[in-house]
Amino acid sequence: MNNFEYSRPETAEAAIAAVAGDAKARFLAGGTTLIDLMKCDVEAPTHLVDVSRLPGLDAIEVGPGGIRIGAAAKMTDVAEHPAVARDYPGMREALLLGASTQLRNMASIGGNLMQRTRCSYFRDPSYAQCNKRKPGSGCAAIDGVNRGHAILGTSELCIATYPGDFAVSLMALDATVHVQNGRATAFPIDDFFLPYGPSPHIEHPIGRDELIVAVEVPASAAARRSHYLKVRDRESYEFAACSAAVGLELEPDGRTVRDVRVALGGVASKPWRARQVEAALRGKTFDEPTIRRACELAVEGAKDWGHNGFKITLAPRVAARALMQVGGLE
Amino acid sequence: MDLRLLINGAEHRLDVEPRVTLLDALRERLQLTGTKKGCDQGQCGACTVHLDGRRVLACLTLAVQAEGREVTTVEGLAEADGTLHPVQRAFIRHDAFQCGYCTPGQIMSAVACIEEGHATDDHSIREFMSGNLCRCGAYPHIVAAVREAAAEMAPMREAAE
Repeated sequence: MNNFEYSRPETAEAAIAAVAGDAKARFLAGGTTLIDLMKCDVEAPTHLVDVSRLPGLDAIEVGPGGIRIGAAAKMTDVAEHPAVARDYPGMREALLLGASTQLRNMASIGGNLMQRTRCSYFRDPSYAQCNKRKPGSGCAAIDGVNRGHAILGTSELCIATYPGDFAVSLMALDATVHVQNGRATAFPIDDFFLPYGPSPHIEHPIGRDELIVAVEVPASAAARRSHYLKVRDRESYEFAACSAAVGLELEPDGRTVRDVRVALGGVASKPWRARQVEAALRGKTFDEPTIRRACELAVEGAKDWGHNGFKITLAPRVAARALMQVGGLE
Repeated sequence: MDLRLLINGAEHRLDVEPRVTLLDALRERLQLTGTKKGCDQGQCGACTVHLDGRRVLACLTLAVQAEGREVTTVEGLAEADGTLHPVQRAFIRHDAFQCGYCTPGQIMSAVACIEEGHATDDHSIREFMSGNLCRCGAYPHIVAAVREAAAEMAPMREAAE
């Protein structure tokens, strides 16, 4: 790992100014992604600006309209918050099924959103080709071992999978990401993750010197009846082969769908909202055949890159199962 | 950087580059070699230590990030007279290791797992110990040791609450 300067400003404004004033400076929070990638020689900042102790940045505020989670709050603290367990159970499951307790005690919520893909060609600079690591160099994964790679939202330039769980649950719950850069800016979660265009190395609509300060999740009946199902090669401490974050609200008749949310993880270039599935279920009777038919729509336009075609079969099943579990059909 | 670190109740002063991890500071500078370097990239759990009472990975924590926090390593678990921690004793009783390299990390993780209230049954122990890999595959004995230590520590934990 290259050497670097370390500073720990006392205010968010000072931290932002420190990063803005140094082209090779980066924010440091829990370090679980950044220090790891620095050890892999994928990242080489020369100045780390520690934002993990900024006063108030780790606050979790609960109101009738929703919950506001400070960006420096640890994954563990959010997962263990009583309001999260009560009103956002799917978000709690997504947090607890990610990483290990040690990493969840370190990783911040803001840093979690900024985690990078686990694509082995991205993480290993001995491969010359990676458009995310070295724009314009190509993609070694397309002709490589790509069993873990994305089937949705890919391009000829990059097929890397977005690896996280938490943001998938945020996607289903219509969260907002608050960013500070001199002025306050807010992004709907879907806009915070950019689709793969001509520049797969640009993953977010924010600059290096813009600091995530909070994530806001609106309260809803679907959030109160939410669930996260994660399917993976190993029972625990593993990234998703496919996951589904779902939320459900039924009409008073107990069988007609009023509101439904479906987002997928482990299969796409970004946390993937399956709006076609939701549209096919809204107003319909909540039963297994209807659910299974609707969930097939989740993989419309999916592409098999050689080793990952199994995900095209798997994703609708995971979505359907998550919905049946949350709806009490399984 | 001139750092003051509080480790196992004792203050240590050291001069390190910012890139020095807590793991390397412990092992190479302070000769506290109980904390092991396995993968050195946050995947195996061998370097697990407690920071302000919570388990973290020392390989992904910069030494400077531990400034002003309380660090506990496996060397700090036993009592001053050498009496081993209940988790250490349970690991010996159950032969919960083979080569022993992952053991300090397993023990630090187990102590935290029990204190968090996650050592309620074998399934929960396995889930909340999953960040600690054992290449020898001593898992059945590790689970048995954690289960037994949790039972032994229950009265102490209740008294503390």
